[in-house]
Amino acid sequence: MLRIDCLRSIYAELENCLVVTIMGATAAELQSLGHRQNFFYLQHAMGLASSTGLGLALSLPEQRVVVFDGDGSLLMNLGSLSTMARYRPKNLIHVVFDNESLLSVGGFPTATGTGTDLEGIAKASGIPRVVTARTVETFTSAMSEALGGSDLTTIIAKVEAKGPAVYVTDLALLENRFQFRRHIQSLKLKH
Amino acid sequence: MPVSVANSRLIYEGLKECDVRLVSALPETWLVHLIRMSDEDPEMTLVRLAKEEEGVGISAGAHFAGVKSAMLMQNHGFLAAINGIVSFAHLYKIPLMMLISYRGSMGERDPWQTQGGNVTEPLLRALGIPYFFLAAAEDVKKRMRQAQMLAESSLQPVALLLMRDLMWEE
Repeated sequence: MLRIDCLRSIYAELENCLVVTIMGATAAELQSLGHRQNFFYLQHAMGLASSTGLGLALSLPEQRVVVFDGDGSLLMNLGSLSTMARYRPKNLIHVVFDNESLLSVGGFPTATGTGTDLEGIAKASGIPRVVTARTVETFTSAMSEALGGSDLTTIIAKVEAKGPAVYVTDLALLENRFQFRRHIQSLKLKH
Repeated sequence: MPVSVANSRLIYEGLKECDVRLVSALPETWLVHLIRMSDEDPEMTLVRLAKEEEGVGISAGAHFAGVKSAMLMQNHGFLAAINGIVSFAHLYKIPLMMLISYRGSMGERDPWQTQGGNVTEPLLRALGIPYFFLAAAEDVKKRMRQAQMLAESSLQPVALLLMRDLMWEE
């Protein structure tokens, strides 16, 4: 299963969500499908995408928030799983693309390739709904269920260690950041 | 425990007057009353962290959402949060209001706090983080308002160092 195929399969459904991605391949691939103002790419600070999603979800309980995390990033901040589980925001969907690799920095293997089980860790941390997807069909249905459901969900998507040809785009970090906040403020004015 | 309830209350009132609606925290002796006050206030969202660096992401999310937040941590927690401060808050110009208990400075009895006390201000200066001391009750609210004002206008982290003279009574 390729991450880009997972992203493509649910791209349309992201229109009404606030989306936070990790750096590197995940950010580049989502952006390659078409940037939207509701997408924020955290191009550094590994581990903090899920914390950012938690801050958004707790601050905007009516707004669906989707985080695209990775195995390398999550392993840097496993405590985030216990913090998310503790506050259990019903509007937060936490997707972890697990390619068992630090792909963007040369493909070094992570511990999920040698037996560390992120589904088990998420469950044991208290995340109420945890699903592992190994096919695009399973991934799409898990996402649809999470988007239509009402509980904190972590989806572990086991993907191949393959990324895009280029990682850098012409969207400046600060442009993305100010656009994202302005978009959220405009949503609040509509309500 | 001789942590000042009155001055903790003053700081908490300062947070409320700054319209802070979300507080992230990790327990530490000097912060016990502040954390309890946050927990007991139905208007406040308290996020108890596993590690202080998470608080940078949570405050960034709150900022994007238009919610004012503050981080309660010990100076060792500040040390633990530095990569997040640099590669998120500084890189993306995120305002952070960090309330940092300044352990390990003059008067410290616990040997394990002393090394962190030595490096707190040099690190704040090296990182270019503006900071204020909260040492006297009469200055607390004004300095909190000023610190938040600078964080919001400059879009950067600022630190309020909670000092022994304010926090500890004996």
